[in-house]
Formats: sequence, C-alpha cells, structure tokens
Amino acid sequence: MKTIKTCVTALISALLVFSPVAYADKWSDQFPHIKATGDIPGDCSYESMSKKNYKGKTLKINTHAVPVMGEPTALHAEQFAKLTGAKVDVTHTPAGDLYAKAMVPFQAGQAPYDIVFGFSNFINDWRRYLEPVPKKYVEMKQMKDVTPSHIGVASWDGVMYQFPVDGDRHYLKYRKDVIDNPEYQKQYKEATGKELRVPQTWKEYGEMAAYFNNWDWDGDGEKEYGSAEVMKKDDLMYAAFYSRSAAYSKNPKTPGGFFFDLETMKPLINNPGFVEALTDWVEATKYVPPGGINFGLGDEIGSFGGGQTLFSFSWDDAFVAAMQPDSPINNKVGAAQLPGAMKVWNRKTNSWDEGFNQAPFFVWGWAVGVAKKSKEKEMAFDYLCFFANEANHQADIGIGRFGVNPFRNDDFKVDVWTQIGWDKDIAQSYVDTLAQMEQSKNRVFPLRVPGTFEFNAALATAAAKALAGQLSPQAALDEAAKQWEDILNRVGKDNVRKAYAVGVAMEDNKQ
Amino acid sequence: MNFKHKFVFLFPGLFVLIGILIFPIIFTIRLSLSGWNSYTPEMNFIGITNYIRLFTDDPRFWESFFRLSFLSVTTVILQYVIGFALAMMVWREIKFKRFFRVIFLVPMMTTPVIMTVIWRTFFHESLGPVNDLLSGLGVKPILWLSDPVIAKFTVIIVEVWQWTPFMFLLLLAGLLSLPKEPFLAAAIDGASPFRKFVYVTFPLMAPISIGAIIIRLIEASKIMDTVFVLTSGGPGTATETSSFYIYIKGLREFQMGYAATLSFTYLVIMIISLTIIAKVLTKLMIKE
Repeated sequence: MKTIKTCVTALISALLVFSPVAYADKWSDQFPHIKATGDIPGDCSYESMSKKNYKGKTLKINTHAVPVMGEPTALHAEQFAKLTGAKVDVTHTPAGDLYAKAMVPFQAGQAPYDIVFGFSNFINDWRRYLEPVPKKYVEMKQMKDVTPSHIGVASWDGVMYQFPVDGDRHYLKYRKDVIDNPEYQKQYKEATGKELRVPQTWKEYGEMAAYFNNWDWDGDGEKEYGSAEVMKKDDLMYAAFYSRSAAYSKNPKTPGGFFFDLETMKPLINNPGFVEALTDWVEATKYVPPGGINFGLGDEIGSFGGGQTLFSFSWDDAFVAAMQPDSPINNKVGAAQLPGAMKVWNRKTNSWDEGFNQAPFFVWGWAVGVAKKSKEKEMAFDYLCFFANEANHQADIGIGRFGVNPFRNDDFKVDVWTQIGWDKDIAQSYVDTLAQMEQSKNRVFPLRVPGTFEFNAALATAAAKALAGQLSPQAALDEAAKQWEDILNRVGKDNVRKAYAVGVAMEDNKQ
Repeated sequence: MNFKHKFVFLFPGLFVLIGILIFPIIFTIRLSLSGWNSYTPEMNFIGITNYIRLFTDDPRFWESFFRLSFLSVTTVILQYVIGFALAMMVWREIKFKRFFRVIFLVPMMTTPVIMTVIWRTFFHESLGPVNDLLSGLGVKPILWLSDPVIAKFTVIIVEVWQWTPFMFLLLLAGLLSLPKEPFLAAAIDGASPFRKFVYVTFPLMAPISIGAIIIRLIEASKIMDTVFVLTSGGPGTATETSSFYIYIKGLREFQMGYAATLSFTYLVIMIISLTIIAKVLTKLMIKE
C-alpha cells in the first residue's frame, strides 16, 4: 500500500512539475521566440491572450525603426494578431522623429496611432495626451516585479502613463580578456606605474583607454582603440555627457538638484564639475576609433560589440550584443558601474569635496503609451501587457539588437543569463552591476521637464562644439547655461521647477 | 464674353494659387507671431518676440546661414564648371556620345538619401574604403567627417557628384540649341577653339547659364538630406545649414512658432539675395 501511495505521489508531483513545460511547449511550437522558456502563465501570457477575440479590429502602432525596439514591436504584433485575430499595423519611425510624429497629431486632437513608442523623458510633454495605465494592469503580477526606479520613470505624480517595456541605465563595459590578462597587467604597470584594473575613476578610464589605443592588442591583425562612445550631436550624446558628469557633479551632500538648483532654478551645467567632465570628454576624442567623434548609438554598439575597443559605456545593448553566441567577443566582456571621481563639486561651499564619488545615471529608456483619443484602448493595453509578459520579456532581453533591457527584479538573477549561454562570473558581474545601481542612494535620473528636448539639444550642441574644438569646455558650457536660462524664461521657471521637483525627489530618495 | 465670365475662368487658377502658395505663406507668418511649442500648443499671439530673438540672440542661425552660403556658392560654381566641361565634351562628335550622356546623368537619377548613406560608408574613417585606399598608397587616413573643415568639403564632394548632372543636362540642352551661324563665321575667321569658346560659345550660353546657376542655387540653398545623413550638422555645428537648423528647431525641439520665424526670414533673405545674384550675373555675363 505504501509503495502504491509513494508511486501515486511521485506521479502527481511529476505531473505538477512537468505540466508547465508541456503547457509551454504547446505555445513555443507555434512561437519559437519563446522556445527557451515556453509560455509562462500570467494575465497576459500566450494562453490568456488566445482567449481574447479582437477579430475585425485594427490596432495601430508607431514604433522605432528596426531593429532596436522596432523588431520586437513587430514580432509581438504578429504574435498578438495570431492569438487574438486582431489586425495590427506597425509603423517604423527613426528615433529623432518619434516625438514629433506623435506630438503633431496629439496637438491636433487626433489619434492616428493607438500606441506610441518614445522615450521615457517625453512623459511630461506627452502625459496629457496619454491614457493612464488602468489599475488592472498596474496590479498585475508581472507589473509587481518591476523595480521601483522603473515604476518611477514610467509614472508622474504617482500615475503610471507609460507601460514599462524596457529598463535603462548607463554602465561601463570593458574587455575582460584584456583587463584581467596578467601579461597586460604587468606591461601596463611597467609602462605607467599603475594597476590595470576595472577603472574606478574617469581619469583611470582615460589613462587605460589611451594606453590601449591604436594598436593590435587582441592579435586579430587589426588595430584596436581605447573607447567607443556616443559623441554624435543629436544622437543621444547628451545622455553620454550626463553619464560622464554624474561622478563630478552629483554630490550626496548637496541634495536639491543635479541639472538645476531647485531653489533658485539656476542651471548647474556650467559648474566646475560639468566642466571637468567635458574636459575629460574632449581628451577622449584622442582614444576613440577614427571617426569616433561621429559615433551614434548604433556605431557604439557595433564598435564595442564588434571587438574594436577596450571600453564603452551606454545602455545594455552593446553588452548584450557582445555576449551573443555569434559575437567575436562572446564571454570576453565585463560590466561595472560607471567610473567615479576622486573629487566632487560642492555647490554650497563652491569648492571641490575630495574623496571617491560615484553616481549611477538612470538614463531614460524606451517607453510606450496608449493615446487618450484611441478607440481601442483595451486592445492596446492588452498588446502592451502581452509584449512585456514574462516569456516574451525573457526572450527579448537576451537579444542585443532588440533594445529591451532589464527592469524587473527577476532579471537580476544570474540563472536568467547563464541559461542563454553567458559564463557564470560574467552574468554575476552584470547582475551585480545592475543591482548595485538600483541600490545606490546617489542616483541621477533623466531631466523630465517641459521643454526637455530644448534643454538637451542646447547642451548637446554646446558639448559637440567642445568635442569638435570649436569652443573650450568652459565656454561651451557657459553657452549652454545661457541657453538654459533663455529656455527657462520662455517655458516659465515655476513650470519647470514644479516638474523638476518630481525627479529631484527621486534623486534625493524621498520617493 | 462679359467681364463676369472672365472671372469664372480665372477662379480655378486663382483658387489653386491661393491654396498652395498664398495660404501657406500667410499661415507661416501667423505661426511666426505665436509661441507654439511642445508646452504651449496653441496659436497665441506674442507679437514680434520671435523676430527679436532671431535678430538679437540667435547667432547659430546666422552662422548656419553663412555656412550655407559658402557651401551653396562653392558647390554651384564647381557644378557649373564641371557640368559645362562635360556638356562641351559630349556636344562634340566623339565616340560613344550617347553612352556618356546617359552615364553622366546617372548620379542625378539616384535617390539622394541612399547615395549619401553610400558616400558616408565610403568616407567612414575606420571602416570605409577611401581611407583604406589611401593607406595602401601610404597616405595618412583623412578625417573626412570628423574634422570641422574637411567635413565641409566632404559635403561639397557629395553635392557636386549628385547634382553636376543636372547642370550638365541644362547646359547640354543649351549647347544643342545654339545657332550654327556664329560658329561658322568664327571658323571662317580662323578663330582658335579657345577664342571660339570665349567670344562665341560662352556669350551665347550666358542666358541659359544664368538660368541654370539660379535654379541650382535655389536647390543648393535648401541642402538638407546630404547634411542630415552624412554629418548630422557635425562635428559640432561645422556643417549645419539653415534648413537643417530650421528642421531641428521645428521638428526636433518642437518650437513651431520660432521655426516659422526662421523659415519666413530665410525665405525673405533668399528672395532678396537671389534677385541680386541674378542681376549681378546678368550684368557680368550678358554683354549688350
């Protein structure tokens, strides 16, 4: 009797354990994109979506060009159409035009698209035209797993307007096979008297990049270079500059603003901290690959991901691309927090505070919302929920070109990454880096105020002039600060202050 | 036919003219007097605030305008000289004349954006074939797109390549329509080819040359796609032109009101300067 009982228990256990797999296989056969995990049960899983019927309805989406975010949008649109019977029209738009393509019809009171993709720092301008994410989705299990920082990035004054599909921050990527190479460590020590290690400061970053610049250090017969960075004006370069500035300018002793002094609304972007960062960056033009001063994000991903440089820093895409099985530097890269600085500007005392300072930058990421004037809101939110369901999300984050990056607590587990072929220590360094950034109390969040585009464009133009040698770092940032004052006067100081206070509260750990 | 009937026939044309020309200009002027932007999306009235900003506090627009003047004048002069030379070449009785005429027109028939992407790949400083070729010849790589001065000439190269065929086509049509008698007279007088060109061909071609130059100047002054794809106005602002700057203000930063101010001012400047250029060219090239 006991044996029979044991057998029955074992059988039931086996069924319970393996049933999700059998259940998952049913969907992964039809949708090979999720073959690694199969369907994962949830409110917006493949199984749940297959019970919806949107036959005869059309969903219109405006998204980014293929592949970054455009490819997963189209892929999940096709899957969603198969599951629900809906017709899904996807329009692909270059990054620089995403804002205007949604904003023009928004302002005209039209809704040519039910779903609009953009960047999370559009939130202040877009939120009045977007439908808040309904409670039912906010309270779903998959949403509960989103990290508080990314809930914050997708929300405004506690209301979620953007459906989290991506999580972004800037961090350092480096060639582990070089930095950990004892031969190079010895050679570097002899040449410079310094340790070759993961750079702790931007100065160390610059020294190492300069040393490993313009010679063939990986023996592939071609020259390699120090660093690949986004330096092209109007191609997200201002985000790269903020990343370089955070360590010099985000002082935990002086809360109340990184971009502006919240009290006076005086722009801080030309203080000595920012100037030091821009001076470093001008120096960096000497150790980027030829033409590196014109690198946009795609070039940076291709350059570091293709094994051309020792360092890079920006979003996850270059790192994930480098870790894909077909990459020439697969499992030869490491991740770490952005370098810090040995001094940080104190705007209260008007002097440098000596000592190590580090500040992660939570760059805006891809964001998506549903137009308030859309006639298919329910279907639109279902699509977004399906896009970001557990199975799709796990498959998407492993494909560098998709531009879908970790934003859920589960993403910070090593197993998620070892399952897709990453070495355990690399996966560990990656998730540790992301987790440390989440836990940091000295974070910088993107500028999300009315006129964000104008502020960032003014800064990018000034920084680009410095990189091109048209202006000195101080003169360039003085010019940008003057323009920021003009924009403030046009938009209204109080309007900007009110919006900026939301981001400052997050930076000052009050939210 | 009485007076009213004439108006019936005039109305369709007038209506089209007002719809496609007058209304957009009036709308642009009205928009330029508003502060329409991303945070104030309305046609409010702010008077001439935008114009004051443009004339007192926007050196970037004027820099881009002078840069544009340099780029367009240089490209058009080069296009004219090369286009004239090519037209003269195939105007003569040479072998494969028809083949050359078609070949010379090919760049103009390609899509500018696609061709600029190809040129950008050629000039890519670490991966492009041009620098590879130069290294093979022992020449140091050239910073085609990252040096503020060289980048301007790179833009000029692409523009000249793309639009010289247009100049060639107009000038060839002009050459083919010239009367034969002055050339016969010059030949009887024993004029050398050089004197024939200076005293017969060039003066006879002057009216069509002026037309071709003005048409190309109008087109070149709108240069946008080449700059957008090749350099994005960089490095820094080294290749930023007026139309690219207006695009940034209007569709990137969404300052619609201010972009309208820039557009209208630009239109007025272009009308005035092209009228002056046409007058000067006429005076210089057409001898009474």
